[in-house]
Amino acid sequence: MSRLSALLGREIVLAWGRGGGPIVTVGFYAGVATLLPLATGPEPARLAAVAPGAAWVALALASLLSLDRLFERDYEDGALDLLTLSPVPLELACAAKCLGQWIATGAPLALAAPLAAIALGAKPALAPLIFACALIGGLAFAFTGGVGAALSLGARRGGLLTAVIVLPLFVAPVIFGGGALDSFAGGLPWRPGFALLGAYAAAAVALGPLAMAAACRNALS
Amino acid sequence: MISRLSLQGLALSRGGRRLFEGLGLELAAGEAVALTGRNGAGKTSLLRAIAGLVFTEAGSIGFGEVDPAEARASFVHFVGHQDGLKTSRTAREELEFWTRWMGGTADAAREAASMLELTPLLDLEVRRLSAGQRRRLALSRLLAAPRPLWLLDEPMSPLDAGWRARFGDIMAAHLGGGGLIVAAVHDPLPIPSRSLEIGAAEVAA
Repeated sequence: MSRLSALLGREIVLAWGRGGGPIVTVGFYAGVATLLPLATGPEPARLAAVAPGAAWVALALASLLSLDRLFERDYEDGALDLLTLSPVPLELACAAKCLGQWIATGAPLALAAPLAAIALGAKPALAPLIFACALIGGLAFAFTGGVGAALSLGARRGGLLTAVIVLPLFVAPVIFGGGALDSFAGGLPWRPGFALLGAYAAAAVALGPLAMAAACRNALS
Repeated sequence: MISRLSLQGLALSRGGRRLFEGLGLELAAGEAVALTGRNGAGKTSLLRAIAGLVFTEAGSIGFGEVDPAEARASFVHFVGHQDGLKTSRTAREELEFWTRWMGGTADAAREAASMLELTPLLDLEVRRLSAGQRRRLALSRLLAAPRPLWLLDEPMSPLDAGWRARFGDIMAAHLGGGGLIVAAVHDPLPIPSRSLEIGAAEVAA
């Protein structure tokens, strides 16, 4: 356990510094959210209708930002070699890396998400649900994103490849999370969408590390 | 603990090119072997194969009675060209993390740092270290988390003459304590060792 907690601590610190860390990620998020009213026109009624969904899509894009370096740096500097030489299975090490990524960038994004949605005109009553969706969705983004990052190891322009691999995997959480928010805003039952989002995140946390470890082993050999 | 390393009929290819085949090696506790051969002969690949990082095409790698997965998890050290050190972290943070990861104690890490005269450098970021200091930091793992089999890939190339001799003493002490060393080198090891030339057979064929 002490090994995993040491790794988690290291990963949080590294993710905090990676590519500018949470400040750049949140800044990018704010930028995308600001572009939207410029494109659709500023009528409050129209904006308010799409605000939760827009905040949610911007969140998925911002989650991609620092993903590509998640495994690549360890791969290039040899740390990935050393991570395999331990009683801790590589699967758990991969999970710790994704968890670090989530804590360092997913959590700040989850805090920014309700603010962005409200700035776009969403009802303040939506804020707690947006926060919860962003937090759980961020977990799904980090663990499915990790699979893409591990699969694109060793490829040139790996960041772009990561995005192409990962975006299809983001479809389900975007649908479930966006659906829950839409239902809540319309006074419909929102729990099914929210529960499906949680189920997707749970599946990503359980299955993602298996795929990541296999992809890492393949890249190393 | 492992007290043997035996390679039998090992074959390895990289990028579609056969590096070597039918390679055999028996190493017992207290013995060292120097892997020699021209650039690209497969010395690094062989070390990575022993560490379980590279798949072999044929042959077997045995660690005595110990299961290979368990041996690699707890009894094997690998120090390569890429040292696994993050340039933005301090030497102390990196040494402490890898010591914990490899199963060593904080006391052992301190002792290893003082043996390699890293103590005054510990608060520097890794990027501020010279190549030789950085290699010493990587080598300090060997002492901070004791493991019997050391796989070293040109461990002494950035070290100066004084440190080469001192690292020779460290390796000799490791062998004296029943350790095993497989090192890829271009210069002879400063300790009594056998030598195994990689890729010689392929050239002959």
